[in-house]
Amino acid sequence: MNAVSNAAGFPLLSLITWLPLVGCLILMLVRGDEPTVASNARWTALWTSLLVMVLSLVLWVKFDPSEAGFQFNEHVSWLPEYKVGYSMGVDGISVLFVLLSTVLTPVCILASWESIQTRVREFMMSFLILETMMVGMFAATDFVVFYMFFEGVLIPMYLIIGVWGGPRRVYAAVKFFLFTLTGSVLMLLALIAMWQQAGTTDIPTLMQTVFPLHMQTWLFLALFASFAVKVPMWPVHTWLPDAHVEAPTAGSVILAGVLLKMGAYGFLRFSVPMLPDASAYFSPFVFTLSVVAVIYASLVALAQEDMKKLVAYSSIAHMGVVTIGIFTINVQGISGALFQMLSHGVVSAALFLIVGVVYDRIHSREIARYGGLADRMPAYALVFMLFMMASVGLPGTAGFVGEFLVIIGALQVNFWLALLGGAGMILGAAYMLYLYRRVIFGRITKDDLRHILDLSPREWVVFAPLIVLTLWMGIYPSSFTSFFDASVGAMVQHHTAALAATTKLAGILN
Amino acid sequence: MLFSIAVFAPLAGALVSGLLGKSIGDKAAMGASILGMVIAAICGPLAFFQMSVGGADPSVIDLGTWIESGRFHVQWALRYDTLSAAMVGMVSFVAMLIHVYSVGYMGHDARPRYRFFAYLSLFTFAMLMLVTADNLAQLFFGWEGVGLCSYLLIGYWYDRPSACAAAIKAFVVNRVADLPFAVGLALIFFKFGSIEFAVIFPAVAQHGADTYALFGTTYSAIETIGFLLFIGAMGKSAQLGFHVWLPDAMEGPTPVSALIHAATMVTAGVFLMARMSPLMEYAPYALGFVTFVGASTALFAATIGCCQNDIKRVIAYSTCSQLGYMFAAAGVGAYQASVFHLITHAFFKALLFLSAGSVIHAMSDEQDMRKMGGLAKIIPVTCTVMWIGNLALAGIPPLAGSYSKDAIISATYASGTAVGMYAFICTLLAAFLTAFYSWRLLFMTFHGKSRADHHTLEHAHESPWVMLAPLVALAFGAVFAGWALNAWFIGADWHHFWNGAIFNGPHNEVIENLEHVPSWVEGAPLILGLLGIALAYLMYIRNPLLPVRLAQQFGGIYRFVLNKWYFDELYDAIFVQPLIRLARVLWQVGDATIIDGVPNGLAELTSDGSRQLVKFQTGSLAVYAFVMLIGVVVLVGIFMLSR
Repeated sequence: MNAVSNAAGFPLLSLITWLPLVGCLILMLVRGDEPTVASNARWTALWTSLLVMVLSLVLWVKFDPSEAGFQFNEHVSWLPEYKVGYSMGVDGISVLFVLLSTVLTPVCILASWESIQTRVREFMMSFLILETMMVGMFAATDFVVFYMFFEGVLIPMYLIIGVWGGPRRVYAAVKFFLFTLTGSVLMLLALIAMWQQAGTTDIPTLMQTVFPLHMQTWLFLALFASFAVKVPMWPVHTWLPDAHVEAPTAGSVILAGVLLKMGAYGFLRFSVPMLPDASAYFSPFVFTLSVVAVIYASLVALAQEDMKKLVAYSSIAHMGVVTIGIFTINVQGISGALFQMLSHGVVSAALFLIVGVVYDRIHSREIARYGGLADRMPAYALVFMLFMMASVGLPGTAGFVGEFLVIIGALQVNFWLALLGGAGMILGAAYMLYLYRRVIFGRITKDDLRHILDLSPREWVVFAPLIVLTLWMGIYPSSFTSFFDASVGAMVQHHTAALAATTKLAGILN
Repeated sequence: MLFSIAVFAPLAGALVSGLLGKSIGDKAAMGASILGMVIAAICGPLAFFQMSVGGADPSVIDLGTWIESGRFHVQWALRYDTLSAAMVGMVSFVAMLIHVYSVGYMGHDARPRYRFFAYLSLFTFAMLMLVTADNLAQLFFGWEGVGLCSYLLIGYWYDRPSACAAAIKAFVVNRVADLPFAVGLALIFFKFGSIEFAVIFPAVAQHGADTYALFGTTYSAIETIGFLLFIGAMGKSAQLGFHVWLPDAMEGPTPVSALIHAATMVTAGVFLMARMSPLMEYAPYALGFVTFVGASTALFAATIGCCQNDIKRVIAYSTCSQLGYMFAAAGVGAYQASVFHLITHAFFKALLFLSAGSVIHAMSDEQDMRKMGGLAKIIPVTCTVMWIGNLALAGIPPLAGSYSKDAIISATYASGTAVGMYAFICTLLAAFLTAFYSWRLLFMTFHGKSRADHHTLEHAHESPWVMLAPLVALAFGAVFAGWALNAWFIGADWHHFWNGAIFNGPHNEVIENLEHVPSWVEGAPLILGLLGIALAYLMYIRNPLLPVRLAQQFGGIYRFVLNKWYFDELYDAIFVQPLIRLARVLWQVGDATIIDGVPNGLAELTSDGSRQLVKFQTGSLAVYAFVMLIGVVVLVGIFMLSR
């Protein structure tokens, strides 16, 4: 039984999801000597990802923001006896992440145009597979399908780090894989338990299912183990700096831009709506870990001597703000968290590209290796300044809106949560400005920096969409928040109603 | 319309000169930036006169939606009322003069100048957005925007390590204060359901009894908000405790010091108090704290100003001190007097900084007053305008300062509260010190014998007209602004002038009472000022050896004041160094050893364990057979026994 009834009139989400794999197939067929294959692989991958991006723009145009539920639904019967189906759909929470993935993929491919010179075809194939997995994960409305995509992401990412990474790439890749896989096993258990309770793995149905209280606790912890590693929350964050340092630039970009959002997305898709009582019960615990993450990671970032590690630790701090926002479970908190996820997706991706620019030229990520670049690279300094300020959360850039909304949401829970969770505002400024000073300001003292070249046209093309997005999201953020306003409102309402029902039930039992 | 043009013309100038500066050339970029400012400086004051003379009604110019999330809603909008119009008029006019001055001052800079002008114009735009905000989020936009531009301009000479350090310090110290400010905004939303002025202000009276739990007890919600907002204001306006960034900010080019660290940005905190007066009036404890901090800063900064030798730093501490006056006035409810002083101060302090720039320009970038002296004959115009600026600052009638500063001192007395009395004493003492350090500066720079080396003296010259013209214009402001604006700002008809832009609580009659203070209160500031001048004359002209002898005799006190009460060292010891050490520990011990120790340890355990297990696989058939036999025996044994 196939059911496609959506605004696009055809299975748009499946097309977006699987089209990269078609590109992958074409890549496999390319023949010729090494440079021809490499060049063809680059162009094929770029065109495929651009086509996917254009297709995904239909979502932007046709998505109905006033509707809180899933749209563009598709359903294919798969394992009917177990009530497991291949179903796709996006709501306000997921739709922008699909777009984030499809926008960042061509950026990544373009960014690796010159820096990847070995096994280009395989690299591009990994990236296209990764795109399929990411989009599929955000678009899945069946837990089993979600799980498969969620785990599937690991494989291409593991290869990207392990094959095209730096000197300690194998250590980093294995660490990345093992950390994230350990959590996932527990998620599988939770999945089976939820299926047993509800009799289906359909996500909209699961959202309406009321899980008994004691079960919620265990389910929450199992899911938490999986999502917390992905976010990553303190203290299971140490895989991230290693993975970032060793990954090639494009790998870092997609890791920071999209993969880090998977954990937080999981909280929003499963933990909060399906396990309302447990979410409320555990929220102080999550707040504690998040506040520690913000302060701890920011401080560690201050001490870093490696540019990529610094940006990686700043990501951990920013994601701490996201988890605070999610578990405030009020409209401003969750909207802020979603916005912060999107803006971090753009800004941290851009910051890794910024590091990539000088790494491509000097082949070092060590901060002390640079200094005084402003003289030779004024355009680079300007672009760096913009993204640094966005990372610091300057109003008018993307970074401000999310952080500010989370502070507003957090204050409705607790004063100290708002104050300590906002500490990133201070520490973030300290470590980013310190980084900028050491790299851009000062006098050039290293010889090879005297002839370093400013941004090339290709690099401008890479940065241009991110610059536009950063300013657009900062000056006119309502064009983004309007997508998820209805869904977030419904989620908060649902949560409040569920908590009220539990309280009422407890009253009757007493 | 005029109002919107005044706000956005500087932005246009900044964008043209900043983004196109490289392609259209330095001159054209500078021209674009100045053109934008000239347009703003025509429209801004005109918009102000439309309001004050023409009697235009306050209005809001809506520009579009900014942030929307559930009930939370923020618009981009310009608020046009007396307060914002006065600020726009002042900011655009002073900023325009500083732009013109910069053409001359930056003339010798080796780097292309379009970057400098883009920053200056962008700064002006951010400041205008701040003062015209119709809600607290947009105010915060401007607030952070001026912070960014101040960072960029302090660090303009980015190849100087001290400039970079000062820039970072300014931004981070400001951020420390901004966090409580942001939390304060969140609390306002929590209590009022909006952060738009039009919603908050009428609702304050109803929320007067709201409480908010903090530190285990409950406080008045309005008081809590008042305190949080004021902490933000303390950061931006460099009040006691947060003042450390301001003197270091003198690393920037002198026009920057004049624009940012005298006339505009640092007054943002004072503006915030005036803007939020409808709320602050219901927070008496917070207001008491405002007065206390303001008055303490006024005196504290003045003491440091007396011992500094860098000409710009003297003026920087003087700024800090004058801002303290403004807060002291705001805290006793005399917001009108505080905004009045804000405006007059903008004229004479910009004048002082730019004249100091002219001196530095003449002396081949020398800033140490100990190497100056006797310059009056070489640079007479600069000397004259600087005298005017200092006369205005010291409050000698009929110059600008005498109106606004005396109004503040009278207001603290008229308030009749204990903290008001404290402020009265502090501001009076500070008035004495202000006059002293101002004339110390004048005497050391322009009079007496020259202490400069002859090489510098040979090159000393009066600045070009493009620098002197703005000085003369500002000098006119310093002379006449107080006389011209007095009647409007705090005169008998102030109700009509302010037209509700500033709110005074039902029992707040401090502005009315200003005029009725005893005559000794009105006369005291002038007498103390003259005494300060006399003392400076005694110490630096009549008996130039006296200061040295005093410094030797009271070495402890002298060093304490000279080293700025050791605030920088204290902060370094209790905040900066421990945090840096903590960061290292967290990284190398917390992350690398403890957290990573678990997975790495597990991994080692696995590989070690398997290495041990491998030893069982000897490959010897006999051993395998023997082990199997033992196994069989054990299994059979268990089976037999358990049956």
